[in-house]
Amino acid sequence: MIPARFDYVAAESVEHAIALLAEHGDDAKVLAGGHSLLPMMKLRLAAPEVLIDITRAGLSGISVDGDELVIGATTRHADIVSSAVIKADAPLLAHSASLVGDPQIRHRGTIGGSLAHADPAADLPMALVALGGSMELRGPDGTRVVLADDFFAGYFETALDEGELLTAVRVPRRPDEPWGYQKFVRRANDWAIVGVAAVAGRVALGNMGSTPLRATATEQALASGADPAQAAQYAAEGTSPAADIHADAEYRQHLARVLTERALSGQRS
Amino acid sequence: MSILGTRVLRTEDPRFLTTGGVYTEDLTDDRLTGACHVFFVRSPLAHARITGIDTSAALEAPGVLAVYTGKDLDDAGVAKIPPPFPGLYNEHMIRDLLCTDVVRFVGDAVAAVVTEEIYQGEDAIELVSVDYDPLPAVIDFDEALASKTILFEEAGTNVVAEFGNAESLTADLFDGCDVVVSHTFTNQRVAPAPMEGRAAAAVWGDDGRLTTWIPNQGAQGTKGSVAKMLAIEPEMVRVITPDVGGAFGAKFGADPEHIVVAWVAKQLGRPARWSETRYENLIAMTHGRAQRHKITIGGSKDGNVEAYRLEVIQDSGAYPRLGAVLPMLTILMAIGPYDIPKAEAIAVSVATTTTPTGAYRGAGRPEATAALERAFDLFAAEIEMDPAQVRRRNLLPPFTQTHTTKFGAKYDSGDYAAALDKALDAAGYDKLRDEQARRRANHDIVQLGIGVACYVEITGGGDGEDEGPSENATVEVHPDGTATILTGTSPHGQGHSTAWAMIASEELGIPVENFTLKWGDTDLIPEGGGTGGSRSLQQGGAAVQQASRELIDVARERAATALEASAADLKFNVERSAFEVAGDPDAAVRLTELAESERLFVRSVFTAPDATFPFGTHVAVAEVDTATGKATLRSVVTVDDAGIVLNPLLAEGQRHGGIAQGAAQALVEEVVYDADGNPLTASFADYPIVTATELPSFDLATMETPTSYNPLGAKGIGEAGTIGATPATQSAIVDAVAHLGVRHVEMPTSPMRIWRAIQAAKDKAEKTKDNLQGESFAGASKAAGSESA
Amino acid sequence: MRVELTVNGESRSDDVEARLLLVHYLREVCGLRAANIGCDTTSCGACTVLVNGESVKSCTVLVAQANGAEITTAEGLAADGELHPVQRAFRAEHGLQCGFCTPGMVMATVSLLAENPNPTEQEVREGLEGNICRCTGYHNIVRAVLAAAANGSEAGVSA
Repeated sequence: MIPARFDYVAAESVEHAIALLAEHGDDAKVLAGGHSLLPMMKLRLAAPEVLIDITRAGLSGISVDGDELVIGATTRHADIVSSAVIKADAPLLAHSASLVGDPQIRHRGTIGGSLAHADPAADLPMALVALGGSMELRGPDGTRVVLADDFFAGYFETALDEGELLTAVRVPRRPDEPWGYQKFVRRANDWAIVGVAAVAGRVALGNMGSTPLRATATEQALASGADPAQAAQYAAEGTSPAADIHADAEYRQHLARVLTERALSGQRS
Repeated sequence: MSILGTRVLRTEDPRFLTTGGVYTEDLTDDRLTGACHVFFVRSPLAHARITGIDTSAALEAPGVLAVYTGKDLDDAGVAKIPPPFPGLYNEHMIRDLLCTDVVRFVGDAVAAVVTEEIYQGEDAIELVSVDYDPLPAVIDFDEALASKTILFEEAGTNVVAEFGNAESLTADLFDGCDVVVSHTFTNQRVAPAPMEGRAAAAVWGDDGRLTTWIPNQGAQGTKGSVAKMLAIEPEMVRVITPDVGGAFGAKFGADPEHIVVAWVAKQLGRPARWSETRYENLIAMTHGRAQRHKITIGGSKDGNVEAYRLEVIQDSGAYPRLGAVLPMLTILMAIGPYDIPKAEAIAVSVATTTTPTGAYRGAGRPEATAALERAFDLFAAEIEMDPAQVRRRNLLPPFTQTHTTKFGAKYDSGDYAAALDKALDAAGYDKLRDEQARRRANHDIVQLGIGVACYVEITGGGDGEDEGPSENATVEVHPDGTATILTGTSPHGQGHSTAWAMIASEELGIPVENFTLKWGDTDLIPEGGGTGGSRSLQQGGAAVQQASRELIDVARERAATALEASAADLKFNVERSAFEVAGDPDAAVRLTELAESERLFVRSVFTAPDATFPFGTHVAVAEVDTATGKATLRSVVTVDDAGIVLNPLLAEGQRHGGIAQGAAQALVEEVVYDADGNPLTASFADYPIVTATELPSFDLATMETPTSYNPLGAKGIGEAGTIGATPATQSAIVDAVAHLGVRHVEMPTSPMRIWRAIQAAKDKAEKTKDNLQGESFAGASKAAGSESA
Repeated sequence: MRVELTVNGESRSDDVEARLLLVHYLREVCGLRAANIGCDTTSCGACTVLVNGESVKSCTVLVAQANGAEITTAEGLAADGELHPVQRAFRAEHGLQCGFCTPGMVMATVSLLAENPNPTEQEVREGLEGNICRCTGYHNIVRAVLAAAANGSEAGVSA
């Protein structure tokens, strides 16, 4: 319940944060809202020696850049939920953020923190994959942009190189595009047993693998003119979901099909 | 205007709402200044031999004052803990305060680390190195019974206790029944999980006495346990009960940790404190339920139940505690509110390499009702009769004289059919069935299910001695107009400060706000039965009433002197809280004045003739998404008749809380172990306590059938909600998919379980269809063949 | 390290370990023990306080992260010995039994009503999904929140 000892330093700017990361390397972890990292540290599943707090480094904020929304990495879930421009241009994202944890968690947790944590059962990773978003990564050698499709590498593993910081998330603006979302849980603030996010012909599955997965067979069926019910039949194709106390692989695959059909019909839960 | 029966707001609340309750972790008592902090090293294995403990690294860590192991306690002559209920339980299942040779469940305490400051403790326990030689885990009922791996070598078996046995069963019990249904299912292990875990603070005085603060359900019982386990005279122990953040049956007596904390305080000559993490709470506080049931029910095609058999296996966990004896109560209440001509029940309790089991809201009685109600539903399904109708056919007719069941339970008063009818009416049962029929005809994805559960339960049971169960109270009136009540009960959310004040106020005419209730300090109140088994109002409240009335008698004599009148001429005017001379109201003396020259107080013991039997019916409505298997509880309507209600606000609160826990067991809760005995639900992220989102608001109907066993006419309400809600909720969920051929879904009725049940029923239906088609085809060709021959 | 923040209107400056959790800072350093610790996994909400007027689980915030912030705890809600409207509503509706979850539940409610002054029953239930109660079954807690909302605009204002 108490983290192991560490040193705490607050970065005053992005450059400062990157310099600190370079200095401490493996010994350091980035701290934003702390609601993915601190729970792990309290259980002693993570014990970094240095925490670099980036919430005062100017990385928070939502802006429009042409046909993309740009969301600073330390923007809180609560601010995404209440953002008029996100509700208008990427409502799936606002909905997804509104389901993360509970109100208290949403007052602290950030989009960058959640994505960098890369839990395949979480809401935002699957939402970003469905939206076709991308991540701005900044390191000592400069900035690069990685598509959400390529950002999630495995359980709690991302494309972030050592010394790199996730600074912003980019999301295509799709104000009038129909979308659907399904988060299948037993209890309100649980992680999804299976999740589905669908928009603009893209379908992303949560907790069906070690990263969010695209239901490519379903997407192809849709592109060939199949209706939601038909296309959803293929939702679990190519997946080998894990078994746990909530669901075995067979049941997860069944849920993926049912929830995909619902998401494709515009249902939101 | 009587205050009894009115919705008096709790006098306790302002404090809880502003500065918060003072729980054991919050104590800032001077006597605890300079306290050290105790942390436990616990076994990560379910069953293993300890081959070595290295405490050297921990001893070097910052702030570490000491590290103690089982060997240290042994060397110091600290006794081991024999199992309770000698003569009933296997005597060889002995527990160390800190394990010496063998660990028997994940969480079994192996060492205690003591630090100056709280934050140093978790750092230090990581540094204690324990070597284990793993032994096979035993977590399955049958495995435990087979006793291939035995937890206690000297016991030679894992059987803790037996209540009847297979030989005592009647082979022909079901002869003559048109229909006999048999089924085996589990009333699963759950965690009481009060919001406040376990804790302790302890200090020894210069007089050699121990003062210990422990959140508990009965300080006097806790004191006895502490004294026994420390092997000291009870007079040398003072237990003080701080505010307690919930208990639900799991904070009776004392746990090994409480004793270790006291012992540490003695060793180090300074106060010691401990408060457990939620992980520790979920694996080392006693668990509840954990019974497997085999039911057999038989009767006629038109719905008369003629015979019932219940066979119970109780998982007692690694070290037998109260859990292992609860089957006695399950057997006692086996046939509930029904008139079943032939019935028998047996039970066996077995040890497993899991957390010990104990009482949890209902303690043995929810299990009886859940088994019986499941049996009734299975029987109803078999004879294709409405489940409410089957129940009505078999309920005992109303009675006001004691009704003794064949299991020896003496029901005091009951009108079970009225409770059933009232609940069905309040729920709009017929309309619900109509809605269900519509959805079924439409093949709706989301189906509706209605579950009905009738129950009777035993509250305020005594300890089986000659005199009935009893409780004491002391009521004192002060000259300044205030009053104090000392009670032997031990509230932890039930609102006794308000309730007991109401009772005394009714007798004494002193306003409720002017009362202070004290409890839980064994120096102040040496005797008491605590709060559990829903006993408090019917015994503790009755004691307050009795003491108040006796106080009026004492005061009357003083008033007679004061007014120079004869006692017989005096009338006590409650509104004025004063004695008046009959016919001369100006000649009066106030009650509080009579306390001026001499203290005015009375201690009284109320003895009830016996336990009482509240009863009721719950009707739960659930929706099941047949595509995903997800069940949602839509409504719960209940009748919980616990006699005359003293404070409806408090009674409703108890019912709500009970219903929520009962429904949650049917819906989601379960303590899960893997095959190696590793707990998989050891945090609130994994053990699913429901949030407000998972529950509806509840509809509580009122019904009050008094008991004659106490002047308040009250029975116990605390556990009734839990007892009715579990089977009603499970039943509603099964009912939602019954038309698809599902007869049963194990608890908790997870989405996967429900979905699988639907698939299995579908597969069975298809196989049956295939078989039937095959048969008719064969029949036709045979006929054709014979014709053509 | 040094932290400076305002707690219930009072400025404070303290030397703390970097790993000191806000809940322990409030309880052990400030002596404000209404917020309780009920779990290890940020699940139960018994530790809920307001940081800059918004509900947070103080067990999952380092006091270092709250540097410069304004913290409000249950002790700081009531003005001059009068109960805050939310506290009054909890009492009126019997929305507490053992009291352990109550300060957190009250603070979560204050924050909820500040953001949504007129919630439906469903919104109340969802709004409190971060707070676990084992005693009440939530029935009366929901009634208390709705009563507080009905009783006016002061209900959602943090102290």
